[in-house]
Amino acid sequence: MGLRSADRHQAYLAFLGHRISGLALAFFLPLHFLVLGLALEGQARLDGLLAFAAMPAVKAAEWALVVLLALHLGLGLRLLAVEFLAWPGARGARLHWIGRAAGFALSVGLVFLWSILRG
Amino acid sequence: MNEVERTVPATEEGRSLTVRIWRGAQDGEFVSYAVPWRANQTVLDVVTEIQRRIEPALAYRFSCRVGVCGSCAMTVNGKPRWTCRSHVGHVHEDGVLTLEPLRNLPRIKDLVVDMSGFFDKWQQAGGRFSGTATRHDPPAAVDPYSRKRRLADAAIECINCGVCHAACDVVAWKPDYLGPAALNRAWTLVNDERHAGARDTLKRALADGGCCACHTQGGCMAHCPLGLSPTGSIAGLKRLALLEFFKGGR
Repeated sequence: MGLRSADRHQAYLAFLGHRISGLALAFFLPLHFLVLGLALEGQARLDGLLAFAAMPAVKAAEWALVVLLALHLGLGLRLLAVEFLAWPGARGARLHWIGRAAGFALSVGLVFLWSILRG
Repeated sequence: MNEVERTVPATEEGRSLTVRIWRGAQDGEFVSYAVPWRANQTVLDVVTEIQRRIEPALAYRFSCRVGVCGSCAMTVNGKPRWTCRSHVGHVHEDGVLTLEPLRNLPRIKDLVVDMSGFFDKWQQAGGRFSGTATRHDPPAAVDPYSRKRRLADAAIECINCGVCHAACDVVAWKPDYLGPAALNRAWTLVNDERHAGARDTLKRALADGGCCACHTQGGCMAHCPLGLSPTGSIAGLKRLALLEFFKGGR
């Protein structure tokens, strides 16, 4: 049986969130640079890609990516604080930063959604 | 799951507890037992009852029964725990207990694991204290309020039960990783001003398979029955690793 996912704790969820959002970033960056490269090659191809990016499903994926990147930033800052700053106590793993990171990601997601809806 | 093999008669209330126990070594199977439900019993009490009344060949370890020695650690419903300090009423799931040996250690028989690799890692991490004074010298005057002593004291109570080692995913993924207990020990020695081999201990703790392999999942801290924080100790070693890097020590 081993340890089960249901028994995982807050810091483990933070670990998962940080790694999964990091993977999303790793997949996104090459595509991002591809689009930037197309902008240099010609307006028609870039326009085609921008039209594709304006599709609702792609916009939704873009929103999810923005949220994941914000989460990656927040959880990464916690990790840096845990590993490189003095701990406030023997068990001061800054667990409350995990909730803050999630809140930050959600806020960024709401702002992004608002900007999409405003057009 | 096997059918319940043998049972101890239920209490007057008729309620019983189903206990699934890993039988065998690396290869084996879960065998179920039914024992009476009692208002106050620990998981270790239950294992002992099964061994004494149903299955004399059941292998398990215990010694003090009061949370001092750490030898009764097992995996209870998926979590590594001291069974002597785990009240059945707090850990059962719908009247069922599933007991396995500790994770990340070779299984010998039933609930017993081979701890020798665990203790070898303690030594690999430079966990042996080497003093400079002799028995003829006066005791070292260590300021208990000094920063280094307070850091050591926060981690010093580890009794090597192996719970953190079993809880750690990195140990499972990377078998040569020293693990939270060994690195926690190294951290106490690095901060012990009486330890003559602090440089060597630090070098070992920073080597491949040492503190830098930790992913800061915090499983060791979440499961430590003593409430210690090997995660914090490893973070301290990582800070020292960074200092060593900037000083060109590695």
